[in-house]
Amino acid sequence: MKTCYINGVGCISTQNTFETEFLSEVTLNETENVLFANQPSYKEFIPPAMIRRMAKGVKMGIAASTKALKEANLDLPDAIITGTGMGCVEDSEKFLKAILDNNEQFLTPTSFIQSTHNTVGGQIALGLQCKGYNFTYVNGAVSFETALLDAKMQVENEEANNVLIGGVDETSSHTLELFKLINIIKSEADKPYSVVTPNSKGVVFSEGASFFVLENEKKDNSYASVQAVSIMSALEMDEVQDYIGTFLAAHDLKPSDIDAVVLGNNGDSEFDGYYDSTKTMFEATPQVFYKHLSGEYNTASSFGFWVACNIIKNQELPEIVSLNSLKKEKYTTVLLYNQYRGKDHSLIVLKNAKT
Amino acid sequence: MEALKQELKSKIIEVLNLEDIAVEDINDNDALFGDGLGLDSIDALELIVLLDKEYGIKLTDPKDGKAIFESIETMSKYIAANRTK
Repeated sequence: MKTCYINGVGCISTQNTFETEFLSEVTLNETENVLFANQPSYKEFIPPAMIRRMAKGVKMGIAASTKALKEANLDLPDAIITGTGMGCVEDSEKFLKAILDNNEQFLTPTSFIQSTHNTVGGQIALGLQCKGYNFTYVNGAVSFETALLDAKMQVENEEANNVLIGGVDETSSHTLELFKLINIIKSEADKPYSVVTPNSKGVVFSEGASFFVLENEKKDNSYASVQAVSIMSALEMDEVQDYIGTFLAAHDLKPSDIDAVVLGNNGDSEFDGYYDSTKTMFEATPQVFYKHLSGEYNTASSFGFWVACNIIKNQELPEIVSLNSLKKEKYTTVLLYNQYRGKDHSLIVLKNAKT
Repeated sequence: MEALKQELKSKIIEVLNLEDIAVEDINDNDALFGDGLGLDSIDALELIVLLDKEYGIKLTDPKDGKAIFESIETMSKYIAANRTK
C-alpha cells in the first residue's frame, strides 16, 4: 500500500492566504458576524469569457486549485474530488428568485447551469481538460473530509497516482439572511465575538476554498502525509473522548504521541463542550485553533487542514493560532478534530513527510 | 431608434455580465457572435429570453435568431418592428 503525501496547497479565505506566506498577514475580527473571502485577481487564472458566468465559489475553487497544482508541479491530476456543504448557492438563489419573480417564465440557462453542487469540480476539470474521476461530496461539515477519505484510499490503493482535492463554500445574501433569522449566525447584540471564550450561540459565518494535491510519491516540497481519517455523523458530548481514544488506538497512537491538536472551535457556546472535552485529553499538547481567522462554513475544516499542513512543513506553530501557548520542538504527528452543531465529527492524523 | 440601441446595449451588458465592456465599446454593426463580441450559444438563449421578457417578442423559429442577433443594428430593427411592449 502506498502512502498519501500532500505535495501542493492553495487557500483562499477571509485572510490574505492566497498571495502571502503562511499567516504572515492576518486580520482579527470581533465585530462582523459574516466574513467574506479575500478575492484575488482571477484574470490570471480564468479566461475573461468564462469569468463573467462564474460565481464566487467557482472562481475561488479554480484559483486555489491552480495554486495547489503549481506547487506540486502537476499539470493534470488523475482525479478531482471536491467537497462542498452548500455548493454554488449564489446561482441557486438567482435561479430560484428568477422563478418566483417571473412567475415561472423567462428562465435563463446561465444561473441554472452553475447552480449545481458539482459546478466547481466540473469547471476545474474543464479548465484542465481532465477527463479522469470527478466527484463532489455534499456531506455537510464533513464534505471535505469525505473527499479526503476517497482520495486517500485511491492513492493508497494505487487507483490514482495523484488526486486534486478541495473544500469550497461561498456565501450568498438570502441564505445569510435566513441563517441570521434562525440564529445560526451570531446576532449583532452578541459583539464582540470570541472563539476562545464564547458567550453566545451561533457562529461568525464565512466562505473560502482550500485545495490540495495528494500524491503517492514523497517529494522535497511535501507538506505531510495523511495517516488516518475518520468521520462520525453524530455524537453526544460525553462520547467524544471515547471516539478520539478509539480512533487513536486503532492507529497505534496515544494522546501523548500527538504533537499538536488542531481544533475547530467556532465560538458557538451551545456546542463548545465538544472541544472542551477534547482539550482535557490533550492538556500537555499544543492546541491550535483557526476559525477566529477563517470564520465558520461547511468546509472551514479544509482551512484547518491547510493550517496543519503548514505547521508541519514549517515546523513552527504561529502565535496567532496557538490556543494554550504550549509549543514543541518538533511537530511530527498532528491530530485535527472538527464538528459542527454536535454533528459531522471528523478526525484526521497528519504526519511529517520527512520522518 | 438610437435610444433603443443604447438601451439594448446596456441590457445585453447587464444580462450577459460583460464585465469589461461599456455601452460605447459596442458599435451598432459589430457582430455579436464569433469575432465581434464573442458571444456563444448560451448567450443566444439569454438573448431569446431578453426579447420575450423585455419586449414581448417570442421567437418561434430558432433559425430566425441567426439574422436577428447578427448585430445591435439588426436586433433593434427587429425589436422596433415586432415589439408588443
